[in-house]
Amino acid sequence: MTTTATSALADSELPRLRLDVAPLLLLPILALLALPLVGSFPTWVTLTIAGLAMGMMIFIMASGLTLVFGLMDVLNFGHGAFVSVGAFTATLVLLPMQGWMQADSVLLNLSALGLAIALAVLVTGALGWAFERVIIIPVYGQHLKQILITMGGMIVAEQMIHVIWGPDQIPLPLPASFRGVLLFGDVAVEKYRLLAVAVGLIVFAAMFLVLNRTKVGLLIRAGVENSEMVEALGYRIRRLFVGVFVAGSALAGLGGVLWGLYREMLTAAMGSDLMVPVFIVIIIGGLGSVGGCFIGAMLVALVANYAGFLAPKIALVSNILLMVSILLWRPQGLFPVAKR
Amino acid sequence: MLSLTGVHTHIGQYHILQGVDLVLPHGELTVLLGRNGAGKTTTLRTIMGLWHASRGALVFDGSDITQTATADIACAGIAYVPENMGIFSDLTVHENLVLAARDGEPDKARLEWIFGFFPALKKFWNQAAGTLSGGQKQMLAIARAIVEPRKLLLVDEPTKGLAPAIIQSLITAFRELKAMETTILLVEQNFNFVRSLGDSVAVMDDGRIVHVGPMAELSENLDLQQKLLGLSLDTHQ
Amino acid sequence: MMLSRMFSGDFPRSRFLALMLLVAFAGLTLAPFLFPGARALNVAATICVFIVLVASYDLLLGYTGIVSFAHTMFYGIGAYGVGLSLYSVGPTWGAVFMGLTIALILSLVLALVIGLFSLRVKAIFYAMITLAVASAFAVLASQLSDFTGGEDGRTFGVPEVLRPGFRLIDAEVFGTAINGKLITYYLVFFSALALFLLLLRVVNSPFGRVLQAIRENDFRAEALGYRTVVYRTLANCLSAVTATLAGALMALWLRYTGPQTTLSLTIMMDILLIVVIGGMGTLYGAAIGSALFILAQNYLQALMRQASEGLAAVPVLANLFHPDRWLLWLGVLFVLSVYYFPSGIVGKLRGRK
Repeated sequence: MTTTATSALADSELPRLRLDVAPLLLLPILALLALPLVGSFPTWVTLTIAGLAMGMMIFIMASGLTLVFGLMDVLNFGHGAFVSVGAFTATLVLLPMQGWMQADSVLLNLSALGLAIALAVLVTGALGWAFERVIIIPVYGQHLKQILITMGGMIVAEQMIHVIWGPDQIPLPLPASFRGVLLFGDVAVEKYRLLAVAVGLIVFAAMFLVLNRTKVGLLIRAGVENSEMVEALGYRIRRLFVGVFVAGSALAGLGGVLWGLYREMLTAAMGSDLMVPVFIVIIIGGLGSVGGCFIGAMLVALVANYAGFLAPKIALVSNILLMVSILLWRPQGLFPVAKR
Repeated sequence: MLSLTGVHTHIGQYHILQGVDLVLPHGELTVLLGRNGAGKTTTLRTIMGLWHASRGALVFDGSDITQTATADIACAGIAYVPENMGIFSDLTVHENLVLAARDGEPDKARLEWIFGFFPALKKFWNQAAGTLSGGQKQMLAIARAIVEPRKLLLVDEPTKGLAPAIIQSLITAFRELKAMETTILLVEQNFNFVRSLGDSVAVMDDGRIVHVGPMAELSENLDLQQKLLGLSLDTHQ
Repeated sequence: MMLSRMFSGDFPRSRFLALMLLVAFAGLTLAPFLFPGARALNVAATICVFIVLVASYDLLLGYTGIVSFAHTMFYGIGAYGVGLSLYSVGPTWGAVFMGLTIALILSLVLALVIGLFSLRVKAIFYAMITLAVASAFAVLASQLSDFTGGEDGRTFGVPEVLRPGFRLIDAEVFGTAINGKLITYYLVFFSALALFLLLLRVVNSPFGRVLQAIRENDFRAEALGYRTVVYRTLANCLSAVTATLAGALMALWLRYTGPQTTLSLTIMMDILLIVVIGGMGTLYGAAIGSALFILAQNYLQALMRQASEGLAAVPVLANLFHPDRWLLWLGVLFVLSVYYFPSGIVGKLRGRK
């Protein structure tokens, strides 16, 4: 490069897009602040890991929802139904395969789990496709009807779970090798929570790669900002949207399996019970932002865990307090999505 | 190349286009003039299928596209640069252009040709498009429309709010495109900008085309300018 | 003339609808004499309260186009306000009014804050925020058990006149004792009637018409000079206050208040179902919908039980008709309503002429 070229370049150099780090810093700051308050290091580690595990599960369930909203301005109030259906579908594999589940072999345990997840993801994905066809298509662009209709869809789905699996709760024991705790000195960590964190990280990494390194991912991000322009460039946004909806439903199903095993007890309403934290997470994160959703999920879960230990009464409304304070700081959420 | 016959477009309860007749001959640059609210943008959006005509017919390259979906119209060979440029600000310049290319990476030689008149794009290749200046965004928006050869280009007010230096590079770009016999429909309010570019000119008012003729005729005939554009110049200066 | 003023000029406009309303009205007026059983009277009182509760929700959903999930919260505030006041102060009218006043103020403040906080933005945002706030409130009510009685709720005494043991006159009228229960019923009934007519007046006032204009096109309403945020917030407050009053009536009737009867999401869902199936944007829909829904809830399930037992041989089918699955059928009806007759039963009846 010649000197004139460099000087010309320096001349009109743009301010670099500042990476918005403030929200990223919230997590470590929160964790560090909690440490002296909690007092004991082992307890703090346990709480933090429990929070992260829960946050990962919430993220898995919420990510699809926020993308669907960003892309098509559709908010599915029935998203929780996919969580429940995913968990109940997993019992079709996990309960008959108790032999593998309770065998003293990580490989057999994981295989059973993998099969269950595969089935749950397939079923919820297919259900998502049908849901989109039947329930969502007629109410595009009509928020009021969307809310009502997806709520109605959720009622029907939950009732169908009762019809198929009966009215009672279903116990779902953890696989043998993920029961109990791992001890690192004084620090006790539940094995299953580590598994949940690992799965969550894998999902997040996979989503990150897809959204940043593939053309489909670029189209999704572009569509979140300006779906009309994506159409005008010659892509059928509908197909993209159906894909994202199916993927989001499948992720909710995966989250449902993880969540069901975490609670070791399934109820038809387990998904809809989670919708409040899920909504708070996507509001905090900025509607449509996957990164924001991830940070939001971690924040909500960590705050809930720390508060639950420090001041159980406050913990009940910690979600709301967190949401209000974040929105006072950034009214559009942590990572506002640019809209045309 | 493209013909509109008696096109009516409603947006909600508003009747915007009230019978537009327009023919764009192959390889020519047609300028669409008219005051704000005359229906210029609606005409472009109707061609693009972003709003559908309630009556009338649009024929592009021999096939009827009146009810065709936007994506299919784009694939048939129409590129669109909207007034707000429609840049994906979260994506880099590179990624914006990747999406504009139908399959995979844009053609190298063609990119170099574009960099010839829009050098900024090369410089900020890996910058998020949201950080570009207004003029650079406009360059990116046009580059995105021409990164592969298209049969017809719809451009909505490209000079709006831009510095003269950048307008100059837009003029260069349109000259190059004309040299390659691209059919272009250019909506503009800036008559000086289009005076030298246009082959023919159409003037809209109240949702109808009120004048069609060669650019030369309009740019030489001051009376005609006064009659057709006086309104628009007066009300906007 | 007088009738017109009472109905604020908004008549049923369908002979069959008018007949249904008349039957419902007559049934509720004479309920203690027509259906003397304790259960029947309870159904009638519940219908009265729900008519007010649902109608006030319709003011939001049907007339203003706002989806709120916090309506049961306001209902609960009313019930808890009166209930806890009676529980801690003792069964006096003073306690009733004190509790009611505190509840109304709390509801008003909450509605105002939530409204100003989130009504500026999209309907969807508001729905999510209210869902979150309402669920936090429900959790709070069930966890602060020293104060609220927790999951068990509170049973409390009511002023003497309202107690079942109280006799206004010793004789029976048409075989019905004129006791405190009957007086409570008529208190509920007439309060509900007054509130319903008041809401009817509101939606047919200029204020109500602005709300509907905002629902149709908030952008245009704003352009016409109406501050949409102000109108929406006002509607929100009015609706919250009415729901609070409904909650207070329910508490007086039940002499009990607890999370299951006032705050649960199930009730919120019931309200949604009633509004949509009855007919959004018409208060008569709320009335007809509530009556049919509460009747079905109490009597249809018996029918389903028979169907289910009859189908016991076919496992899944039997489950489909299990009395606990009646929500399934309501859910299906709800979805179909939103698609095919968004104006609900009332809209259907009016359309038929």
